[in-house]
Amino acid sequence: MSVTTTTPETTSTTQPKKRRLRTPYFQVVASLAWKDLRAEARGREMVNAMLLFSIMAVLIFSFALELDRQAQEATVGGVLWVTIAFAGTLGLGRSLAAEKDKGSLDALLLAPVERSALFYGKMIGNFLFTLAVGFLLVFLLTVLFNVNLFRPVLWLIIVLGCLGFATTGTLVASMSVHARAREMLLPILLLPVILPIIISATRASTALLTELKTEDWLPWIQLLGVVDFVFLLAGFFLFDFIVEE
Amino acid sequence: MQYSESRTRNLRWLTYASIGLFIISFWMIFSYVGPERTQGEVQRIFYTHLGAFFASFVLFVVALIAGIQYLRTRHEKWDDLGLSAIELGLIFSLINIVTGAIWARPIWNTWWTWDPRLTTVAIMWLAYAAYLMLRAGIEDPNRRRRFAAVYSILAFSSVFLTIIIIRVRPDTIHPVVAGPTSTSEGIEGDFAMSDRITTTLLFTIFTYVVISITLLWHRIRLENRTKLIQARKMKLLLNA
Repeated sequence: MSVTTTTPETTSTTQPKKRRLRTPYFQVVASLAWKDLRAEARGREMVNAMLLFSIMAVLIFSFALELDRQAQEATVGGVLWVTIAFAGTLGLGRSLAAEKDKGSLDALLLAPVERSALFYGKMIGNFLFTLAVGFLLVFLLTVLFNVNLFRPVLWLIIVLGCLGFATTGTLVASMSVHARAREMLLPILLLPVILPIIISATRASTALLTELKTEDWLPWIQLLGVVDFVFLLAGFFLFDFIVEE
Repeated sequence: MQYSESRTRNLRWLTYASIGLFIISFWMIFSYVGPERTQGEVQRIFYTHLGAFFASFVLFVVALIAGIQYLRTRHEKWDDLGLSAIELGLIFSLINIVTGAIWARPIWNTWWTWDPRLTTVAIMWLAYAAYLMLRAGIEDPNRRRRFAAVYSILAFSSVFLTIIIIRVRPDTIHPVVAGPTSTSEGIEGDFAMSDRITTTLLFTIFTYVVISITLLWHRIRLENRTKLIQARKMKLLLNA
């Protein structure tokens, strides 16, 4: 990616219009996401905690639910999404808290860029970390629950579910980060709002894994897509109001 | 803050009207409409159940509008409206849940079941309870109002889910009273509506909506009074 090379300053000298001074929208999004990825690649404090947490959660689940083959097929979707939701919440809190405590959130807000671009930048970072957890779980659950999760349609569900989770999560976490007991408040605020995503993702996964007919899981995937779209739009409009100071 | 005489008079009349309507609807529930054929006397609680649901629905829609309006105009009154509507909406949806549980005990033979409808209503209640937690957790008043407005918009997604879930999920056992249903199979406790049942139902819903608006008005006045007292306390402290 060549996002680190900055071009807008050179072009803005010839064009005195004020809007030209802004960095292009997608470049902001990409560089913010890239920054998160690089910080994570060097520090690895978020992804490691999320992955370790999800491994432990799955182990606890497989101890607690010693089930026969059929019951395993029926529960593995639920285990998958509960673990993604909890591990994701863990990461989200960290992602925004680090940004605020080091003062980089204020610095980002001072930059002459669209606020919603900052939102999508942070969202993509969180999305990729949640997705990493999701795909780790595909391996883990296949081994521990002995249910084959290597199906492209299930991967589509995971991508859509994680996208919706990260969108809503980034929005809510950017509010809870200002609260007094933010670690406690984030799950309380987040879980009721992401429930449409968790319900439809779980239903779609379970219906898919228990070999139901296409018309049993396809509506849930469509619903998931619609909810994702709505929350992506909500983030575009509402993030401005959250960070304005 | 001084209120005009005519507004206070209107509020007083509205309060009398709600009390009157409530008494009439009580009479209708217990005497005008007979016991339902299969469910018997227990079916009478269903009017209150649905009335409270509509009241909470109206209040949550008010809170959604108040949230949008606050973000647009930044006038404090919209925040007061949103807070009042959500507090009352929580109470009405609690009435809705409790009466539903009382009805479900004889009809479904359980107080509570993880039916899609019941689950989404519980989540809706939790989302709005979380709204109050969010308000309590943020100290800066401007930021609190802004975040509360944003969250009340987000929390409305749970109301939306509650409305549509029994229409898209075929496995619910909750009866659908208003509007189309995806399937009637498996619904426990559905019943045919006679004319008197329909009249009583509509009247009770109307009564509860009026009551909720009256209470909302009183709640906003209470909020204004609280602010007035706080302002006077601050003045006193500064002068002392």
